[in-house]
Amino acid sequence: MAVTDEYALRVDHVSVELGGRPILDDVGFELAPGDLTGLIGSNGAGKTTLLRVILGLLTPNSGTVAARSDGSRRSVGYVPQKFLLDPDMPLRGRDLVALGIDGHRLGIPRPSRRRRELVEEMLAAVNAEQFADTRIGRLSGGEQQRILIAHALISRPRLLLLDEPLANLDLRSAREVVELLGRIAHEQQIAVLISAHEMNALLPVMDRVVYLADGRAACGTADEVVRSDVLSRLYGHRVDVLRVHGRVIVVAGDSDDAEPTHPHQHDHVDVF
Amino acid sequence: MHAVLHAIVEPGFFSSSNVQLAVVIGGLVAVVASGVGVFTVVRGQSFAGEALGDIGAAGGSSAYLIGIGPLWGFLGINIAAASAMELIGIQRARGRDLATGIVLGLGFGLAALFLYLGTTESNTTGAPIQILFGSLFLLPSSNLPLVVAFAAGTIATLITLYRPLMLVSVSPELAAARGVPVRLISAAYLLAMAVAVALSALTIGAILSTALLIGPAATALRLTNRPHRAFLAAAGIGVGCTWLGLLLAWDSYYWPPPRNGWPVSFFVVTLVLVAYLASGVRRRRPAVSGS
Repeated sequence: MAVTDEYALRVDHVSVELGGRPILDDVGFELAPGDLTGLIGSNGAGKTTLLRVILGLLTPNSGTVAARSDGSRRSVGYVPQKFLLDPDMPLRGRDLVALGIDGHRLGIPRPSRRRRELVEEMLAAVNAEQFADTRIGRLSGGEQQRILIAHALISRPRLLLLDEPLANLDLRSAREVVELLGRIAHEQQIAVLISAHEMNALLPVMDRVVYLADGRAACGTADEVVRSDVLSRLYGHRVDVLRVHGRVIVVAGDSDDAEPTHPHQHDHVDVF
Repeated sequence: MHAVLHAIVEPGFFSSSNVQLAVVIGGLVAVVASGVGVFTVVRGQSFAGEALGDIGAAGGSSAYLIGIGPLWGFLGINIAAASAMELIGIQRARGRDLATGIVLGLGFGLAALFLYLGTTESNTTGAPIQILFGSLFLLPSSNLPLVVAFAAGTIATLITLYRPLMLVSVSPELAAARGVPVRLISAAYLLAMAVAVALSALTIGAILSTALLIGPAATALRLTNRPHRAFLAAAGIGVGCTWLGLLLAWDSYYWPPPRNGWPVSFFVVTLVLVAYLASGVRRRRPAVSGS
C-alpha cells in the first residue's frame, strides 16, 4: 500500500514500565487503512502490552496513541487470545456476532430485520454460515476465530487487532484465517494488526511488520525489517536472518554476548 | 374428569390459603433462582452458589434467634458473604474456591451456634428444620410483599446486565476492550445471585437452595443452545418442579403412614434431579453430531 497521510492508527514514542521494569521503550509506528501488519516478537517482547495500550486498557508512561475514527463507527475491533467458551454456554455463533453490535450496552437486544441481515452479512464475510447455529463452545479453534472476527468486524471498525490468533490453530486453519484477514484488510480498507510469535504463516499476506524485541520496535515491510543488520541492532546483539524455502528463520546468539558468534555456538534459536 | 382430578389432587389443595401463598411465592422464587442460575452455570460459579446457600443457614438461624423474619437473615448474610467473596477475589479460580470454602465453614459453625442457642431457649425443634430444609406451606403471608419486591428487583437486574454479562462471560478481555466495566458487572451479578439464593433458601431451605439455582439451569442448557430460550426453559423447569413438588407434598399427607406429610423440599429437589437426568437422555442423539 502506498504511504498516505491518512492513518488508522498512530503510535508515537510510547514507553511503558510495569513494576519498575521497562516493557516498551519508545515504540512508534503508523498503520494505514487496507494494510495487514504483523506484530512479531517472542514471548515477553511486549506484544500484549502494546495491544493493551492501543485498546486503551493501559496508559503508557509516555507517548501517545491515536486511532482515527469518523465518528459513526467504533474505531477498534478486537479479537482476544483467551476466551472462555464453556461447551454449555447457550450462545450460537450468530448470537456472539450479534453481541458485536451492542454487547456493551445494558439490557436485552431487540430483534430486528436489519440486525439479522447485518449478522448474516458478517457470517458470510468470514465463511461461517455453515456453523453459525452451533454453540460456540463446540466449534473448532479456527471456527471460533472466524466467529470472533465477525464479532469484531460488525461494528465496522477502522482498525482490527488480533492477539495471537494463530497460536492454537493447525496449519490449515491458520492459513485460512490469514487469507481471510488479508482479504478483509484489502476489501474493507481496514488496518489489521496481528500479533504472532511465528512470522511465516503471515508472510504471504503481510504488508508490513512491527518487530518487537526487548520492548523496542522496528517497522517497515518484511524485506526492510527482517534483515540481519536491522534485527541485530534491535536485539543489541548479533542475529542472523536465514531464508530457507521461502521461510524465514531468525537465529539469535547469547543475549549478553555482543560479539558475533559462530553458528555452532548458538544456544538459542528462534524459528520464525 | 372430576374423579381423575381427585385421584391426582387430594382434597383441599386449591382452597387452602397456605397452598395459594406457597404457589405464588414458590413460583416467583423459582423464576428468579432458575433464571439467575443460567449465568451461574456458564460462569462456573456453582460452588460459590452452594456456599452462599450454606452460609445462609447462619443468617436464617441468627434471624430466628433475634426474632426477625428468616428472609432478612438470609438476605443480610448472603449479601455480606457475596461482598466478602468479591473482595477476596472470586474472579481467580483457585483463590475463589479456597476463599469460598473457608467462609463456608465459618457459616456452618455460626449456624450450629445460633440454632443451639435458639432451640435451647425456646425448646422448639421446628426452627432448624425450617431454616435448613424450608417450609413452603408454613410461610407467613407477611413475606409476600418482600418476596415480590426482591424477585422483581433481581429480574430487573438480570435483564439490565444481560448483554455486558454475556460478553464478560465469553471473555473478560473482550468485554474490557469494548469498555464494559468488568469488575462492576461481575460484582452486580454476584449480588443478584446472593439475593436469588436467599429467596430460594426461604422456600426450599438454606441447605437445598442451590438445587433450584443450578438444577433447572443445567437442565435448560442441555435442551437449547439459544440464550433467550435457555432462560425461559430454566424458569419453566424451576416453576414446574416447585409446583409439582407442592402438589405431591400436599398429597403425601394422605399417604401411609397417616397424619405425616413429606417435606416439599424433598419433592422439589427430587423433581429437579429427575428433570436433569431426563434431559440427558434427550440430548444423547445430538451430542454425537457435535464435536
